[in-house]
Amino acid sequence: MSDLLHRPTLALGQRPKVLEVSRVAKVFNGNVTALRDMSLTVNEGDFISLLGPSGCGKSTALRLIAGLSNPTTGRILWQGGQGRDDLGVVFQEPTLMPWATVAENVWLPFRLRGKTYPQVRGEVEEALSLVGLSGFLNAYPRELSGGMKMRVSIARALVTNPRLILMDEPFAALDEITRHKLNTDLLALKANIGCTVIFVTHSVFESVFLSDRIVVMAARPGRVIEEVQITAPYPRDEAFRTSADYAAHCQVTSRALHAAMGEAA
Amino acid sequence: MTMADTPLTRAEAEVDAEEARRARAARTESVAKWVLPALVFVIMVVLWDRLVVWNDIPHYILPGPGLVMQTLVKDWPILFEALLVTLQITLMALAVAVIGGVGLAILFNQSRFAEMSFYPYAVILQVTPVVSIAPLIFIYVDNRTVGLLLCAWIVAFFPILANTTLGLNSTDHNLRDLFRIYGATRWQRLRFLQLPSALPYFLGGLRIAGGLSLIGAIVAEYVAGTGGIGSGLAFRILEAGYRLNIPRMFAALLLIAASGVVIFAGLSFLSHMLLRKWHESAIKRET
Repeated sequence: MSDLLHRPTLALGQRPKVLEVSRVAKVFNGNVTALRDMSLTVNEGDFISLLGPSGCGKSTALRLIAGLSNPTTGRILWQGGQGRDDLGVVFQEPTLMPWATVAENVWLPFRLRGKTYPQVRGEVEEALSLVGLSGFLNAYPRELSGGMKMRVSIARALVTNPRLILMDEPFAALDEITRHKLNTDLLALKANIGCTVIFVTHSVFESVFLSDRIVVMAARPGRVIEEVQITAPYPRDEAFRTSADYAAHCQVTSRALHAAMGEAA
Repeated sequence: MTMADTPLTRAEAEVDAEEARRARAARTESVAKWVLPALVFVIMVVLWDRLVVWNDIPHYILPGPGLVMQTLVKDWPILFEALLVTLQITLMALAVAVIGGVGLAILFNQSRFAEMSFYPYAVILQVTPVVSIAPLIFIYVDNRTVGLLLCAWIVAFFPILANTTLGLNSTDHNLRDLFRIYGATRWQRLRFLQLPSALPYFLGGLRIAGGLSLIGAIVAEYVAGTGGIGSGLAFRILEAGYRLNIPRMFAALLLIAASGVVIFAGLSFLSHMLLRKWHESAIKRET
């Protein structure tokens, strides 16, 4: 296999900065504060979760970082400026084009910048093999299960080898068994290609399993309460889910979340 | 999956009563779907025939089905020529309706102001009965074919416009966001996202427009009314009516109905072929 989509992951503390979110706020219609005073530094190789109840602004934060809306105040600064290849996005739904095959769906980010399929065949096939879907290039989305569709969506997000991948509750609609499998595979994938991820979730367990940093957020108004470090080393596998270390981290994170919700109530 | 691995026990191999009943019902239904309408057709034709024979109804009042078929064969040269004229207008009108309907839909989609300005007039054009506009059209338009085409187009374009507009606006909002993130141009969004999304809607409108363009062509011929060479089926019906040639009226009517069915079936087939790979409407479910 070629090495088209790989970046080395450096140790924590040596990672170069990708992006700086600095004192960002978003107010809708002039009176609804969706997000207040959020600051966050994203370094290369980070796996950051935004964790909180609905209405805490985590999806708003993601949309701001994606450039889908502009902050009311504050700034989002990309290290070295933002290029077209810098972002990959995975939504809560697989968001595939039903009329296009799996390969054509993964080709989309390249197609939109004028690259023909033969030019990027290697990247498309490698991205699909990274998510374990090598044999499904010519399948249509309707022929795939929910979990497989999500894998296609992930392949599309990483096919351009972006500096940052945004995931907005990507596994929330899947059954628990599939979700656990995709969590494990996502970590293996991250270890393999060294991508940087911001992951929105409302599950304490999912965020602890995946992240090295969890940004705990509260609602009304949406804001950051605390940043929890998950010091457990990678690689983490299914055994990690039953370890004392995992339980301890979940407890700390849960407490932070409950404090956030209690404060909001 | 597991069934293939382990040999079936006797109980598993036997289909249970409910499944057997369901399978029987499905088989009956698939046969009945064709047999029942055919049976109704045969009964109606026989009834029609007997009614005419038993009551000695003269053929200038109600011809029997046999006489209608005879007339269809005997008058075939006249009727077939007229059929071709009507079909030509119908298909041309449908083609113009597709171009006009899709074109306007794209224009309205790309420019909200164009939509605000013109959509109400498209609706007015649609809700005004074509028979009431047609006489005016034939006063102002000298070319008869153009006049016919215009009438048929007015009737046929609206379902295509309305459905395609709906389709272009029904794109998945996450996909729209994705296109924005990847910096898609307006044209790319239209070409790769909105047009494919709109295809099933457009095809639904096309099926309706196919029938309507035939209706539009026939109505316009009635109004235009000029005879001689190059007249369509509607004119032949009018002409036969003046001469009390009732069998020919029935024969022409038969051809119009058959054309409508063929157009609908053809467009349904086209729709199925274009959507069968991916769209829900074209997918057969197991249960």
